[in-house]
Amino acid sequence: MITRRKLLMLLPAAAFAWEYVMAGTAESAPGYNRDQHWWGMLMDIDKCIGCGSCVRACANENDVPEGYFRTWMERYHVSDWQQEVTPQVDSPNGGKNGFPPSEAQGGKNFFVPKLCNHCVDSPCVQVCPVGSTFHTPDSVVLVDETYCLGCRYCIQACPYGSRFLHPTRRTAQKCTLCYHRITRGLTTACCENCPTGTRQLADLKNPNDPIHEFLKTHSVLVLKPHLAIGAKVFYHDLDGSVR
Amino acid sequence: MTVPVEGFMYPNEVELAWSVLIVVYPYVTGLVAGAFILASLERIFHVTAVKPTYRLALLTALAFLLVAPMPLQLHLGHPERSLEMYLTPNRYSAMAMFGFVYIWYLMAVLLLEIWLDFRREIVLLSQSTTGWKRLLYRALTLGSSNISEGALRLDEKVGWMITLIGIPSAFLLHGYVGFIFGSVKANPWWSSPLMPVVFIFSAMVSGIALVMLVYMAMMKIRRQPIDMRCVDTVARFLLYTFIIDFALEMLDLVHRIYEADESFRSLDFMLHTKLFFSQVILQVWLGTVAPILTIGLIQIFDVPEKLRRLAYAVCGCLTLVGIFAMRWNVVIGGQLFSKSFLGYTTYKVDLISREGELIATALLILPFIILAVLMKILPPWLEGQPVSGDRRRRRRRIEAGGKQHGADHWGPRCFLLQRMKTSSPSGPSTSFTSSLDCTARQPAFNSQDSYCFNCPRWTSGIHRRPFGGALHARLLILLSWYNQAGILLTGHFMKLY
Repeated sequence: MITRRKLLMLLPAAAFAWEYVMAGTAESAPGYNRDQHWWGMLMDIDKCIGCGSCVRACANENDVPEGYFRTWMERYHVSDWQQEVTPQVDSPNGGKNGFPPSEAQGGKNFFVPKLCNHCVDSPCVQVCPVGSTFHTPDSVVLVDETYCLGCRYCIQACPYGSRFLHPTRRTAQKCTLCYHRITRGLTTACCENCPTGTRQLADLKNPNDPIHEFLKTHSVLVLKPHLAIGAKVFYHDLDGSVR
Repeated sequence: MTVPVEGFMYPNEVELAWSVLIVVYPYVTGLVAGAFILASLERIFHVTAVKPTYRLALLTALAFLLVAPMPLQLHLGHPERSLEMYLTPNRYSAMAMFGFVYIWYLMAVLLLEIWLDFRREIVLLSQSTTGWKRLLYRALTLGSSNISEGALRLDEKVGWMITLIGIPSAFLLHGYVGFIFGSVKANPWWSSPLMPVVFIFSAMVSGIALVMLVYMAMMKIRRQPIDMRCVDTVARFLLYTFIIDFALEMLDLVHRIYEADESFRSLDFMLHTKLFFSQVILQVWLGTVAPILTIGLIQIFDVPEKLRRLAYAVCGCLTLVGIFAMRWNVVIGGQLFSKSFLGYTTYKVDLISREGELIATALLILPFIILAVLMKILPPWLEGQPVSGDRRRRRRRIEAGGKQHGADHWGPRCFLLQRMKTSSPSGPSTSFTSSLDCTARQPAFNSQDSYCFNCPRWTSGIHRRPFGGALHARLLILLSWYNQAGILLTGHFMKLY
């Protein structure tokens, strides 16, 4: 039987243990039910003009250090069949300031916005030794900065290059899908600032979300599908040369 | 600092996530596993020829194992949180298991085996030494001073069992390191089921080469003849493991070339440019083919003893440089190309920083210093068998009056046995009057005798000390400089591209 004295002695230990239970749990907004959402993103790359507004918006919203990127833009140039395998790609400063005029002649040119794919079977979540990288119930991959060791195994495991070690905080960082915004009913900073509607936040659990209609009527692809990690950023009209 | 980039890298990939310290880590861990497996040859597989290296191999493994987590710790962004790996590990993470495998190997295998193996000496030393040494040895006995024949037999049995468990544990320790890399499917340079096996065999190669080198160096330092039967056998095992290791690596390479998947173009480019020196020259030709050919030729032709010794020393050094280069090529090489396979970055090693050349070099020298200390505390020299080779020098020394050095003698173990037999509750029966020649086989002790730490032997105080302790350490550091050379050469050549 637990006496009052024993209970009092157990309380600090329980509080200490609760810290660990709560570690890896995302902050929730009032009125937000995590079980009713399943977040992803749609990229209609035909619409992208490479202005870099999304990159700048992300950097401002999330205080991303200079030289590192939670989202970035790539410009592809493919002029013949050989370049389907080795396309010409550039991304000056992650496309943050847009792109200079292309010197490449002929062929096709297009922009590809990139960010964390918030994979369902994320390699980064699998390899994190302490579980500081975790899945939220609404399928967003987050990093608990108060818990991250800075071992960088997740950076190695991410096939999309979407993670980096914060130069001063010395912890892994990546796109949070603006979790602090989407749990309050807002969209992400990049989606909100995209002038052409290239980026669209998608709630795959919401039957009224336009993503469902789009997926039924358009061809989409995820990046590196052969890795079978359940990427949730869907690209419309993705060229085969994109890596 | 702008990093030179060729082609296109994802913007976050330009800076390498894992530095030279993560090269040092599998290198050091491999040496631990390899040294332990060499030690187990004698104990489990009864390869008696390698007996002189048995205890030395155990101490070498311990010295390197103590340093193994340091590069990881220094590499972490938040080293103060490293304990979380033990408290709240992610059981799906290969890296999280490191702590447990490490603790298991350190506490349950290596420390226990060393303690059991040295227990008799520790107990006797705790009785014969004075001052702080007495306190140290008494602490090391862990309160168990029973060295009766029955107890020692039990020690032997338990030790054998631990070695038996230790072999798969050593495989686990380094196999897991290989798995950390081999399981990263995002990186085709690493992602291979062969990776853990290649790591294990390369670990055996490096560990065997290291113990062989340390043994030869220590014999030179102690002015003892090198047991050529032992070194020949060790070299033969080095050759066998080398052949398996090389075959596996070539199998991996041939498989990649033949399959030529989407990453092949990048990997091929790197082999011909950024990794040409460290992979083709250092790892394959100098670090693998040259030692295999040399030791192989020694097996075929009758090579004079002196030349064999020289060849083994050179091969040992080349092997260690080659294995270091292999770790470099895996860890650094695997980060030099983009996961888009469209570009390449450059790794610049800092000289002075938390993850720089100096720290890496210090971490490679530190195990040798720890080993020197361990050899002082627990002298590993077990010289029960007559030694071959170097007869002329030995004769000269005997003629000069230093019988105890280099003579076909009985080592501390038999001395201690004799001591146990001759000592009675009423005190030693005879005084210590005869020469120190162990072959006399009827030594007697008085209360004045003491234990020589440089050339572990029970003496009566007139024992010649061939070397001071400082020289030990200095020569061991010299021995470790080839490691430094490996780092510096590789690092600097990498910068050229």
